[in-house]
Amino acid sequence: MTMANQQAERATVSAGHALPPHLKRLEAESIEIFREVAASFHKPVMLYSIGKDSSVLLHLAVKAFYPAKLPFPLLHVDTTWKFKEMIEFRDRTAKELGLDLMVHINQDGVDKGVGPFTHGSAVHTDIMKTQSLKQALDRHQFDAAFGGARRDEEKSRAKERIFSFRNRAHAWDPKNQRPELWNLYNSRVNKGESVRVFPLSNWTELDIWTYIELENIPVVPLYFAKERPLVWRDGMWIMVDDDRLPMEPDEQPEMKSVRFRTLGCYPLTGAIESTAGTLPELLAEMALSRSSERQGRVIDKDQPGSMEKKKQEGYF
Amino acid sequence: MDQTGLADIHGTYTNEKSLLRFLTCGSVDDGKSTLIGRLLYDAKLLLEDQVAALESESKLHGTQGGELDMALLVDGLQAEREQGITIDVAYRYFSTARRKFIVADTPGHEQYTRNMATGASTADLAIILIDARKGVLTQTRRHSRIADLLGIRHIVLAVNKMDLVEYSESRFDDIVHDYRTFVKSQDLGFEDIACIPLSALKGDNVLEPSTSMGWYRGPSLMAHLETVDFTTERSFDAFRFPVQWVSRPNLDFRGYAGTVASGSISPGDRIIVQPGSQQATVNRIVTMDGDQPVAESGDAVTLCLDREIDVSRGDVIAAAEDSVPVTDQFAAHLIWMDDQAKLLPERSYLLKLGTKTIGAAVTRLKYKEDVNSGEHLAADTLELNEVGFVNFNLDQPIAFDAYKDNKALGGFILIDRMSNQTVAAGMVAFGLRRATNLVWQEVDVDKQARAKQNQQKPCLLWFTGFSGSGKSTVANLVEKRLHAMGQRTYLLDGDNVRHGLNKDLGFTDADRVENIRRVAEVGKLMVDAGLIVMASFISPFRSERDLARELFEKDEFIEVFVDASIEACERRDPKGLYQRARDGKIPNFTGISSPYEPPETPEIHLQTEQLTPEEAADLVVAQLQGKQRLLA
Ligand SMILES: Nc1nc2c(ncn2[C@@H]2O[C@H](COP(=O)(O)OP(=O)(O)O)[C@@H](O)[C@H]2O)c(=O)[nH]1
Repeated sequence: MTMANQQAERATVSAGHALPPHLKRLEAESIEIFREVAASFHKPVMLYSIGKDSSVLLHLAVKAFYPAKLPFPLLHVDTTWKFKEMIEFRDRTAKELGLDLMVHINQDGVDKGVGPFTHGSAVHTDIMKTQSLKQALDRHQFDAAFGGARRDEEKSRAKERIFSFRNRAHAWDPKNQRPELWNLYNSRVNKGESVRVFPLSNWTELDIWTYIELENIPVVPLYFAKERPLVWRDGMWIMVDDDRLPMEPDEQPEMKSVRFRTLGCYPLTGAIESTAGTLPELLAEMALSRSSERQGRVIDKDQPGSMEKKKQEGYF
Repeated sequence: MDQTGLADIHGTYTNEKSLLRFLTCGSVDDGKSTLIGRLLYDAKLLLEDQVAALESESKLHGTQGGELDMALLVDGLQAEREQGITIDVAYRYFSTARRKFIVADTPGHEQYTRNMATGASTADLAIILIDARKGVLTQTRRHSRIADLLGIRHIVLAVNKMDLVEYSESRFDDIVHDYRTFVKSQDLGFEDIACIPLSALKGDNVLEPSTSMGWYRGPSLMAHLETVDFTTERSFDAFRFPVQWVSRPNLDFRGYAGTVASGSISPGDRIIVQPGSQQATVNRIVTMDGDQPVAESGDAVTLCLDREIDVSRGDVIAAAEDSVPVTDQFAAHLIWMDDQAKLLPERSYLLKLGTKTIGAAVTRLKYKEDVNSGEHLAADTLELNEVGFVNFNLDQPIAFDAYKDNKALGGFILIDRMSNQTVAAGMVAFGLRRATNLVWQEVDVDKQARAKQNQQKPCLLWFTGFSGSGKSTVANLVEKRLHAMGQRTYLLDGDNVRHGLNKDLGFTDADRVENIRRVAEVGKLMVDAGLIVMASFISPFRSERDLARELFEKDEFIEVFVDASIEACERRDPKGLYQRARDGKIPNFTGISSPYEPPETPEIHLQTEQLTPEEAADLVVAQLQGKQRLLA
């Protein structure tokens, strides 16, 4: 009781605000989803991808079970090409919050030397992310996996359920989804089947940032502008995060003030020029810019409907 | 410069911005997609790359001869886009300085009634689209009826394509008159209906007042959505809190986590836990942001009580002075949603209401409702998209409210035990019998006392397997052995029961369900009488075996899978049945023309192709000894 009280007091002090009604409703809905899964599945896991959505997801999960600890582990599928700052942030967060964090790397892929430069972005993403995720889910027999995807991210996600059913091969069948009414979620699965659960389905990018600001949630510093070493590749500014990035014989990285709108594998994530070093500046800049966040991702550009195809194959 | 964006951010920080969820319904080609696309485009809520994508896709798939085709913004999945129709519920998000909106975009054809119902379940308001050239049609009436059924109280009648009727005021007035007459005649429970003349294509009255319809004095669609008061008049304020999760992080803390479904609660308030009658006082409302002085409808919190009482997931914590009705039978509207299987009366489904999931069967289908005309029709089943009014019988009493009072404790879903699909959505109309004071007749000599005298812990051994797998032979041998050991037993055999108790039943799906139900109930009485019972039934369906299992306490039901391949059984064919089935003389014969679903985790698994019947019987007896069912 005393420990819980102390924590509660600290929380009250740090949260010296009231959320606007729409965020309060979204927050309550997400909390309800977390509790529902914890109460009705055998072995849930939270997929933690270190980005801003994951930060909000984690914060909501902690709130849902407070004062108890999270009743499930976190899983990070590491492609080995994430930004260094992401990995530092991940390990620091896990330590500070005392999280049960598992990291899975597709060792097969590592042994075969799979990477974005040698195999191209599509093969790399498939082997180091999609296949790797399936490996980890199969190995641990998780029957529910939380993810941070939002319906507003991309058109094919607009029809995604909050509890998204996956068959034994982890495949998603858009024509055969369970109807979802009110707040009544169907959590019945047979052995080997699972659901992906999206507590942030009804949040928008702006909701996420506003919530981060009001709740004081830590995020990876890469979201804020800073001078960073860059090279121009395929129409995007790519950060030189380590010496695996192939350079022309006498090419020098350029220094520019940039930030990232989404975070993934550094060679596949485009930076945007910006001077927004703080959250309010970032929000102001977002209002002026008029492009959606997935724009900076190589993976969605291949062809129309490409995200939908990837999801059918098991991509998150 | 982007005014909307800045206003938006400004709004986020300064305004008490509220959240309005609405539904758009219209049939193909009424212009629904065009309208939503127009709303987003005109309000400058689209991003540059989305506009660029729209331009390139308009050229590829567009229907506007290369002009921007707004419908493409909202038709989500590739398959649908290519077919040019919207076939599922899609959710879209936008916000203005005043409100955040969540739009459920659903198709309106009759074969999509389930999608519309899904979208309507969470909506506060519905936009019903009408093509001005066509006026009020069957589909308009259907959409209105479904909106009403799902409890939507606020309607916008959007009369679209006004540009094609020369923006005629009299045309608009006629349509509005027709619609209001219809609503009145059907007694639909709408609290307000806003009628707006529009052209989604040209943008009239979408965001800005139309210059072509000076005669219209009302607000534009956006202005109405931003200001309409969507709280409902009949607001229900009794405190209801379905318990989702019991929080026990350490010995000092015990809390009940959930979301307040209605009303509000403060520390010091008396509560009652239902179904049941235990009372307590709330002493803390815990959240990570500190203890709260009050929790209101929609808040996700953890309640702590002043004393230790038995509360579990599925219970409802209610205000002591305003408790919830409890029943084990109710009448409800049902919308069938499964395209694979239709409603089977008497079959046991799982019913989820609030946070409680229990077994439930439809005992009576009173009528089917024609969603187009509202007419009541006699029926014995419901199929995809059909709406019916039914009586339910539940395995256990539950706490509920009528749906029209409180959606959170009156709405439910049905799940098929076999396919795990969500097969129906329901809305409780009223309870049929109050179970508040319904107590089982207590008897002084109870199961334990009888069991003790019999020197055994009673149980039911349920033998399942193909015809000819050896069920009856093994069950028979087991009974012989137990009898020789001095145990009290009884053998219920499929064929024998069919000659007496169940001679009125045939072999239709519904009759098979009833056959198993009766046998399980009889077995239960016998177990209660202190016997070790053996039931030997092919019982091919997992759901039916589970139905039997649920009648028993946890370790009382022992499923024995008598496993022999269909080929082996057909070779044995002791009664010559397989031959007759192959000759087509026995329809629905398990293994030949009807499926068998093997148990996934039977308590005992006998592979009779590798065991003699004696060895199999020994195994069963050994298992009973291992489970300490035989006390002597
Ligand atoms: N003239 C006119 N045509 C419209 C209007 N709204 C939609 N349409 C056209 O009606 C057709 C069907 O529109 P769409 O939005 O795809 O309908 P949906 O099936 O209800 O989503 C398209 O050709 C639209 O351009 C309108 O206000 N005026």
